[in-house]
Amino acid sequence: MELLKSAKSGDRRSLARLLTLVEEGETLELPEVAPWTLGVTGPPGVGKSTLIGRMVSHWKDSGERVAVLAVDPSSPRSGGALLADRMRMESTDSGDSVYFRSLATRGHPGGVSYLLSPMIDLLSFCGWSRIVIETVGSGQAETRIVAFADRVLMVDGPDRGDIIQAEKAGIIELADIIAVNKSDKPGASRAADSIRASLELSGDRGSPEVHLVSAQNSVGIETLVSAIEECSSPDWRNRLRITERLLSKWDSRLILSDGLDGALDELETGSITLDQALDRLQGTSG
Amino acid sequence: MRIVIAKPGLDGHDRGAKVIARALRDGGHEVVYTGLRRTPSEIIRIVTDEDATALGLSTLSGAHDVLIPKICDGLREEGMGDVMVFAGGIIPDRDRESVFDQGVRAIFGPGTRTGEILDFLNECSERSDNEEPIGVGQESGWRWE
Repeated sequence: MELLKSAKSGDRRSLARLLTLVEEGETLELPEVAPWTLGVTGPPGVGKSTLIGRMVSHWKDSGERVAVLAVDPSSPRSGGALLADRMRMESTDSGDSVYFRSLATRGHPGGVSYLLSPMIDLLSFCGWSRIVIETVGSGQAETRIVAFADRVLMVDGPDRGDIIQAEKAGIIELADIIAVNKSDKPGASRAADSIRASLELSGDRGSPEVHLVSAQNSVGIETLVSAIEECSSPDWRNRLRITERLLSKWDSRLILSDGLDGALDELETGSITLDQALDRLQGTSG
Repeated sequence: MRIVIAKPGLDGHDRGAKVIARALRDGGHEVVYTGLRRTPSEIIRIVTDEDATALGLSTLSGAHDVLIPKICDGLREEGMGDVMVFAGGIIPDRDRESVFDQGVRAIFGPGTRTGEILDFLNECSERSDNEEPIGVGQESGWRWE
């Protein structure tokens, strides 16, 4: 394929086109690749994009080629999306060693999760040695996206305590490393301590390291990046991520199945039970 | 459509650009907003990487007569003449003709209804489906006035 050849040789336009094709559902035949991936998630407003911008600069300086896929939700009402992550990552807009792509969840039934794998493979095939997936951790479906990465960073801010909420949802268990951003603000180290304390409660199962950083002032970035480079996920965490991947595949299959509307109609009138609906949909889904 | 809304140059006001970005999203478009003070080469890079079909430029500083040609030429040089470009902000009447001459397909001044911009984009989609030229590097002629 001509496009693939020129994308591999470094033509950004071809790469951008190919990613669009993948997004539209096209399958590419690629040789086996071993991508390096990092998923980044956390509540809105904690500074994920700024922090990623800093990490990107760091990797860029050490000779890596970094690609960022930033996933934002589409409006369920209009189908449109406002993708503004890149305004906080100016480091990504110059130089040949960074590629940034915004991704809307679109009408993609069940989310974009299942498109991420082929996109990651394509980027890796084209020589991008660090691939970062950013998503807003505003709900289970959004957070699930990071399970497609081999290592996961969760970002929190001072005094939010949101990550403790995340723990209740079982999402925090996906993280290899936690960063508390805005370390210059009062309350940041207390927030880090309380996260550590709460992780200790969950027992000695390779709890994630907690780092204090300030993306704004470039404090703690180097240590964080080397921790990310060196981290290894215990088997149980890998298994959790695989479970999340399986669940999102399941969701998208269910939502894509032909009989969905019919089943919903019947559920509405109460003529079938949820179990009966599922049994029927399983028969019709790919 | 996949649309980049960009703020080239040094002016520090992006209220208008943000209102447009939101209105286009509500009209069903995917909008990538660049933030303030982008250079022409950054904007061209963003349009390339995002595989955008359209680019909206908002300028208020009076530097449109320098920045818009730079961006339009850059797109053509990079082989992205199929990208549709429209402009908004403060562009004096006497400059409109020369901005259109750059391959810009529409200019929306202050007071434009957001619905009009959506109508314009719909027209662009239809033209593009009929393979009529709308890109910055394609045959000029049609413009929204």
